[in-house]
Amino acid sequence: MLSMSTNNSSYNDQGGADSAVEIGQETTPTSNSGAGFGLFSTDFKKNDDLKEMLENNKESLKLEAMKRIVGLIAKGKNASELFPAVVKNVASKNIELKKLVYVYLVRYAEEQQDLALLSISTFQRALKDPNQLIRASALRVLSSIRVPIIIPIMMLAIKEAASDMSPYVRKTSAHAIQKLYSLDPDQKEHLIEVIEKLLKDKSTLVAGSVVMAFEEVCPERIDLIHKNYRKLCNLLVDVEEWGQVVIISMLTRYARTQFTSPWREDGVFDENSERAFYESDEEKTRDDTEIKPYTMDPDHRLLLRNTKPLLQSRNTAVVMSVAQLYWHLAPRNEVSIVTKSLVRLLRSHREVQYIVLQNIATMSIQRKGMFEPYMKSFYVRSTDATHIKSLKLEILTNLANEANISTILREFQTYVKSQDKQFAAGTIQAIGRCATNISEVTDTCLNGLVLLLSNRDETVVAESVVVIKKLLQAQPSQHSDIIKHMAKLLDNITVSMARASILWLIGEYCERVPKIAPDVLRKMAKSFTSEEDIVKLQTVNLAAKLYLTNSKQTKLLTQYILNLGKYDQNYDIRDRTRFIRQLIVPNEKSGALSKYARRILLAPKPAPVLESAYKDRDRYQLGTLSHTINTKASGYLELSDWPAVAPDQSVRNVEVIEPVKEWAPSLGKTGKSKPAKSSDDKFYSDSGEEEEDEKGSGTSSSNDGSSSSSAESGSDAESDEDKSSSQSSEESEKSSSQSEKSSSESDIEQKKKKKMKKPPQKKNVKPPNKDSDSDENGNLARKASSSSAEDSSDSESGSVTDSDTEHQKSKVKPKEVKLQKEVSLLDLDDFTPGPATQPRSVLSPSLLTDLEGLSLSNISTMQVSGPAFVPEKSHNLLHRMTGKGLAAQYQFTRQPCLYQPNMVSVQISLTNTSDHRLEQIHIGERSPAGLKIHCFNTIEFLEPDASVTVSMGIDFNDSTQAANFQLCTKEDQFSVSIQPAVGDLFLAVTMTEQDFRKEQGKLQGMNECSATITVTAENTSSQPLNRRVAAMANVGVVPSGQDNVHRFAGKTACSGAVLLVTVELRESSAAVITINTEKSVMGSMLLRDLKKSLAQA
Amino acid sequence: MSHEAVRVDPDMEYLTPGVVDLEQMFWTGLGATYTHCNQVWPNLYIGDKKTALEKPGLVEMGVTHIINAAEGTWNNVSTEMIHSLFLVNPSGDIFLEKHWKSVVSRSVCDYFLEAREKALDPEDVPPVISTPHHYLISIYRDKLFFLSVIQTEVPPLFVIEFLHRVAEMIQDYFGECSETVIKDNVVMVYELLEEMLDNGFPLATESNVLKEMIRPPTILRSVVNTLTGSSNVGDKLPTGQLSTIPWRRAGVKYTNNEAYFDVVEEIDAILDRTGTTVFAEIQGVVEACVKLSGMPDLTLSFMNPRLLDDVSFHPCVRYKRWESERVLSFIPPDGNFTLMTYHVNAQNLVAIPVYVKHSINFFESGSGGRLDLTVGPKQTMGKTVEGVLVTVHMPKTVLSVSLNATQGSYTYDNATKVLVWDIGKLNPQKLPNLRGSLSLQTGAPKPEENPSLNIDLKIQQLAISGLKVNRLDMFGEKYKPFKGVKYITKAGKFQVRM
Repeated sequence: MLSMSTNNSSYNDQGGADSAVEIGQETTPTSNSGAGFGLFSTDFKKNDDLKEMLENNKESLKLEAMKRIVGLIAKGKNASELFPAVVKNVASKNIELKKLVYVYLVRYAEEQQDLALLSISTFQRALKDPNQLIRASALRVLSSIRVPIIIPIMMLAIKEAASDMSPYVRKTSAHAIQKLYSLDPDQKEHLIEVIEKLLKDKSTLVAGSVVMAFEEVCPERIDLIHKNYRKLCNLLVDVEEWGQVVIISMLTRYARTQFTSPWREDGVFDENSERAFYESDEEKTRDDTEIKPYTMDPDHRLLLRNTKPLLQSRNTAVVMSVAQLYWHLAPRNEVSIVTKSLVRLLRSHREVQYIVLQNIATMSIQRKGMFEPYMKSFYVRSTDATHIKSLKLEILTNLANEANISTILREFQTYVKSQDKQFAAGTIQAIGRCATNISEVTDTCLNGLVLLLSNRDETVVAESVVVIKKLLQAQPSQHSDIIKHMAKLLDNITVSMARASILWLIGEYCERVPKIAPDVLRKMAKSFTSEEDIVKLQTVNLAAKLYLTNSKQTKLLTQYILNLGKYDQNYDIRDRTRFIRQLIVPNEKSGALSKYARRILLAPKPAPVLESAYKDRDRYQLGTLSHTINTKASGYLELSDWPAVAPDQSVRNVEVIEPVKEWAPSLGKTGKSKPAKSSDDKFYSDSGEEEEDEKGSGTSSSNDGSSSSSAESGSDAESDEDKSSSQSSEESEKSSSQSEKSSSESDIEQKKKKKMKKPPQKKNVKPPNKDSDSDENGNLARKASSSSAEDSSDSESGSVTDSDTEHQKSKVKPKEVKLQKEVSLLDLDDFTPGPATQPRSVLSPSLLTDLEGLSLSNISTMQVSGPAFVPEKSHNLLHRMTGKGLAAQYQFTRQPCLYQPNMVSVQISLTNTSDHRLEQIHIGERSPAGLKIHCFNTIEFLEPDASVTVSMGIDFNDSTQAANFQLCTKEDQFSVSIQPAVGDLFLAVTMTEQDFRKEQGKLQGMNECSATITVTAENTSSQPLNRRVAAMANVGVVPSGQDNVHRFAGKTACSGAVLLVTVELRESSAAVITINTEKSVMGSMLLRDLKKSLAQA
Repeated sequence: MSHEAVRVDPDMEYLTPGVVDLEQMFWTGLGATYTHCNQVWPNLYIGDKKTALEKPGLVEMGVTHIINAAEGTWNNVSTEMIHSLFLVNPSGDIFLEKHWKSVVSRSVCDYFLEAREKALDPEDVPPVISTPHHYLISIYRDKLFFLSVIQTEVPPLFVIEFLHRVAEMIQDYFGECSETVIKDNVVMVYELLEEMLDNGFPLATESNVLKEMIRPPTILRSVVNTLTGSSNVGDKLPTGQLSTIPWRRAGVKYTNNEAYFDVVEEIDAILDRTGTTVFAEIQGVVEACVKLSGMPDLTLSFMNPRLLDDVSFHPCVRYKRWESERVLSFIPPDGNFTLMTYHVNAQNLVAIPVYVKHSINFFESGSGGRLDLTVGPKQTMGKTVEGVLVTVHMPKTVLSVSLNATQGSYTYDNATKVLVWDIGKLNPQKLPNLRGSLSLQTGAPKPEENPSLNIDLKIQQLAISGLKVNRLDMFGEKYKPFKGVKYITKAGKFQVRM
C-alpha cells in the first residue's frame, strides 16, 4: 500500500506533465472521429482554444477557461477531452482555479482513471496541510474520484482524517467512508472500525455524518450504538438539522429493537405512562400496589424527551422525523403532541404538504382523534393542486364520524360543484365511503347522490352511479325506486363505466324491477354493437340473468345478444358469450354445470367494502420514501417489532475507563501547548482533546482535573462530558441544558452503580431544607435533572433516599454536582487510592457525598463566603414625589439570599415622607412575567416620617435585565425597577489556588475573555486592587502564591456558574485582566466594568 | 473521446497478454486505454453502463439488443441520499445538471417530463415519481423545476427541504431565482451546489457559512475581480463551521448597528357564499434583518405571548428559554433570516378585515351572464386596507368579460380563465365595485358552479392578532443598536366561495 503510493507520486512528480501532454495528444484524434457520439461535436472548435488557454501561463486565462468548462459540465456537455490539460492545474496556488479543477476531476476521474492518478500525489500532500479547509477538501475530492486503484490510499486517508484535530475534517472523513464503501464494499470491516471510532466523537458536527455512514455501511451492527446511545440523544438538539433527521431515524430503529412496547391496551398502563410523563412523585408508591405495571426504560424516555423540542424546528424534515418517531415509539397517549406541528407543516410548500398529508392520511386511519380538532385545516381550497385536494379529501373522510359528519357533508357539497371534475368525482367516492362507514347517514348520502344523477356533468353522474351501485349492493331491498330511476338514466349516460354499472344493477336485482329489466335489455340489444366492451360484457350478463329469471319474455332477445357476442371483435366478449351460452342454454353437451346456472349467476354477492387507499400504508415506516410510493424502495430498512423481553439494558452504560494515564500529575499545567495527538494516546485523550479542537482553542487536558483530587481519578466519559459542557458553549442556555443532560445521564449511571454495590453507608439522611421543593420552577436545569433522577429511580425503591439527597444537593449547589458525581461514581470497592494530595481522600467518597448533601460541609472546594466588600451606595427605587410621599431606596447586600439560594438579596428601605400614615405596603404585579421575587411581608402601616428596612430576594436569572414590579400601598401603585450591576449578581466564594487553576482549566476558549489595561499607580499594590475588584463585583480573594497575580472567585447567584477573575500585573503599570466563566455575556460585561474601575485614578 | 469502439483488425498481429502483463496493466493503468465500448466480434460489442445508457450512441452503432452481464462489487452500491440534480425550465428543457457521484443520464428526466405533459398545471406534477431504477423528487418553484434523482430510500421531505434550500440560496445570492440568473451565474451556482452537498449529504446549507466560502456577487466586486483577477472563492475556512453557532460568522462589523423585525401575519380564511366564516386562522412570521457587530445576544419579548399557539424557530433560538419564560433569546445570524413562525391560538376569533358582496348569474340560454362585485372594509381596527386584489377563476366556458370598475383596473386572461381586479387602497366612503357582463362559449351548457374569489390585501402597522413586541434587549456588546419593529397584516389563503 505504502510502496504503491510512493510509486504513484514519483511517477507523478517526474513525468506527470509530460505524459499528460502526450496522452492528451494521443486522445485528440480519437475524439475527433468519435465526436458524433457525444453531444459535444458542435463545441469542438471552442474546445481547442480552451486547451490553449489552460496551457497558457496566465492565471486569469486559465481561470476563464475553467469557468467555461464548468459551464459546459453544468449544461451536461462532454468536456472529457480536456482532462490532460485540466489535471495539470490541480496543484495551482489559486484557490478558485483549484476548486474548479476539483469539480472537473470529480466529474471525469472515473472515465479517465489513468490520468486521474496524476493528481493523487497532490491530494496526498494536501492531506497533511496545516489548514483544515485544505485537508478536508483534499479528502473530499480524493474520495470522490472513483478509481479502484487508489482504494488503499483512500482507506489510509480516511483513517488518518478520522483522528484529525479538526471536527470539520472528521466530518469529511465520515462522508468519505460512504464513498469508499460504495466503491468497494469489501472494505466494510475496516470501515466499520473507523465508524466505531467516529461514533465516539463528541462533536455535534460529526455526529450526523457518522450516523449516516453507519446507516449506509453497517445498519445491522446495532451493537455499535449501545455505548453511544445516550450521548447521541443528548447531542441531538445541537446537531445540524440534516444530521438530526438521520440520527432520529436510526434511533427509531434502534429503539424498536431495544425497548419493550409501551402500547398496552389496559388502563393500568395508560395511567402509569401518564404519570411517567408528568413525572409524578407518588409514582413509586403506587407502582408497588399495581400488579405488573409497565415501566418505561429510562433510555426510552430519554429519547422521547430529547426529541420533543425538535418539533419546533424550522426544517420540515426534522419535524416529520420526530413525528414518525413518536408514532412508532411513544405510548399511545403521547403521540398526539406531534399533531400541532404536523398541521403547521401544511402551511409550507406544496411538495411538503403532499408528503405530510400522505403521512397524516395513514395516521388518521388508526387515530382519528389525533387530527379531529384540526379538521378544518384539511378543508380544500380551489387553488390547491389536484393531488393535494385528493389527499385532503382522503383525510376528511378518515376523520368523519357521527358527530362531525354533517359538517363534513356540507363541505363535500361544495366540492362536488368544483370545476376540477376529477376532484368532484373523488368527492363522490368519499361521500360513498362516509355512507358505508356511518350508518346514520347512509340514506342521506344516497339521496344526495341520486340528486347528483341529474347533474349536467357526465363524470359526476358516472361516478355517482358507480358509488350508488356499491351502496345499493349493501342494502338493495329498500331501493328499487333508485334502480328504476337509474334505468331511466341509461338513455342519457354515455360514460361506459356508469352504463355498465347500471346494467349490472338491473341484472342483479332484476326481480325487483321485473317490468323494466326486459325493456332495458331490448334497448341494449339495439345498441349492442356500438357499445364499449365493458358495457357489452354487462349486457351479456344481464341477458343471462334475465334468461334465468324471466325466460319467457327474454329468450329471443338473449339469443340475439349471444349471437352478436359470438362474432364480436373482442375475444373476451366472445369467450364470455360462449361460456354463458353453455351455462344457461340446456343441451346435450352441457354437463351438470347448467343445473347450477342460477346459483352461479344469481348468487348473493358480498357488498364491496369501501375503504381508504391508505389502509395498509402503515406497514412502511412513516416519513419514508417507501411510504410515499407505497412500495419498498431499495435500501429500505424494516422497522422491527418490539421485542417481547427487553434486551439487557446495561449495554448502554458507558464503561468507566481506568484512567491510568490521568494519574500522572501535571500540576497547574494548562493544556494549550498540547501537540497534535500521537497515535498511542488516542484512546484516553480523544474526547477531551476533540472538544478542545472543536472550540477552536486549547483547554486544559483532563490531567489537571484529576491531579487535584484523587477521588476524581475515577472520572470517566461522563466527567469529560461535564467538562465539555461547561466549556463548550458560550451561550449560557445551551451549556446549562447540556450539563443538565449529562448530569441526568450520570445520575442514572450512579443509580446503577449503587444498586449493584449496595452501599453500606445508606442511612436515613434527612434531606435538608425540604421546602426548596416548592420552588418547582425555580431553575429549569435543576428541575430537569432532578426529574431524571426520579425517572431512573422508578425501578428501584431502595435508593430513594439517596436520590432525594442528590437532587436536593443539586438544587442547593448546582455547581457542585459535578464534583459530587465524580466522587460518587466510585464506591468503596472501586476506590483506588491515587496520590494523596488532599486530606479528604481519607474519607470514603460516599460518606463524603452524604456530608456534602447536607451542604454544611466545609470540605467542599468552593464555599460561599461573606462578601469582601459591601457597597454603601444605595439606589433610588422610588422618589418621594412620584411615590406620593413614599420613598424607597435599595441596596445590594451581597449576602446569599436566605429565602432561595439562587436569588440575589436586596435590601429596601422605605420611608414615609408624607403627613399621613401609609398602609399595606406590598409588592404587586411584576414583569417580565417569569420574574421570581421573594417579597417582603406586607407592611401593615408606616407612620409619617418613619422608615423601615426590609429585604427581598430577586432571581435575576443571571442577567442584568431590570426587575420591574409594582410597589403598592393601599391606595396607589407605583411601577419601580431594580437594575442590578453585573457584579452584584455574583456570590463570593473561597477556594484554594489549586482549585482555582483547575476550574480555570475547564473554562477556556469561548469562556475566557481578557483585556490589557494600564492601571493607575495606586492600584498596583494588592490592597487597593483587591478593594477595587471587590467593590466592582462580589468575588472572594483567592490566596495567591505570586505577588503580581491576583485571583478572585465567585459564582453566579442563579445558576451557580463559576466566575474566575485573574489580574496579572506586568511591568510599567500594565495589567492583564482575565475572566473565566461559562456565562460569557456576564463575563464580558464584568470585564468592561473592571477595566474602567482599575484604570480610574 | 473514447466513445468510439475499438475495431478489430483481422490483419493485425495480436498477442494476448500474459497474466503478469495483465496485472501490470491493471495496476498501473498503462498499456491499455480504458474505453467504454469495444467491438469484440463483428457487430458484437462489450461496453459499460455508460455506453448502455447512452441511447443515441447505441443507435449510431447499430446496436439493437443489450444483454446485461454486470456482476461484481464495483459501482453497485449507491449510498448517497441525493444523486443528481436537474433544473428544468417551464418548456421542459434541462438547463443545468449536477451530479454528486456518477453521472445519471438525463434521459431519466423523460419520466418526469412525461408526467409534466400530463398535468394540466405545473403545480399538479406529483412531487415524487418512481421510475424503474430511480426515484425522482421534484419541487416547482419560481416557474422552475428542481428535479433530484434518488436511488435509495431517503425521507422525501429531506430531499424536498434541501431543494427548497437550494432555491432560497440562489435567491439569496442573486436576488432572484430564475433561469436567466442561473445561466448567467452558472459557475457560481455550480460551486454552491458543490459546497452544499457532499456525496449526496448536505454539508453546508447555512447562508452565512456559504457566503464565507463563496462570496456573493456585487456589481462592485465583479468589476474589481475582472480588473485584479481576484476570485469569488473565500480562502479561509469559514469560522462558522467551528464555533458552536454555525449560523453566525465571526468578526462581523458594521458602522451602523441596526436590528429590524417585521411581524407579518397572514389570514387564512374560507368564507362561504353568505359571508360566514367557514374557517379562519392567523399564521404569523417574524422576519428579522439584523446587522449588528460582534456577537450580540438578543432577547425579544412579547407583550402577549399567550396568543401564540404553535411556534417554530430558527435554530438560533433557545428553546428552553422560550419554554420557561416565553421570550426569544438568541444570537442572531448576520443579515436577513426568519426568526420564528407562529400560529395564533384558535380560541381567539379571527377578525376578517374585508367583506365581499358578490353576485354572478349565468343566463339559462347559456350565452352570457352577469357579474357584480363590491368589496368593503369590515374589521380593520381603524387602519386602511391596501393592495386589495381580487382573483376569480372563471368557469372554462367564459370567453370574455366586459366589465366596469369604479376603482382600479381589471384584466382577464382567456387562456387561464383568470380575472384579476387590482383595486388598491380601500376607501370606506366609496366602495369599489366591478360589474358587467360575461360572454360564454355559444352552445356550451350553463356552468354548474360558481367560481371562488381569492383576495389579497395588506394592512400596514397592524398585526391582526394583536401581537405586540414588548422589547428587545441586547447583551454581550456595548454599542447601542438601532431597533425597529414593523407590523403588517396580509391575506394568506383567503378565499370566498361564491
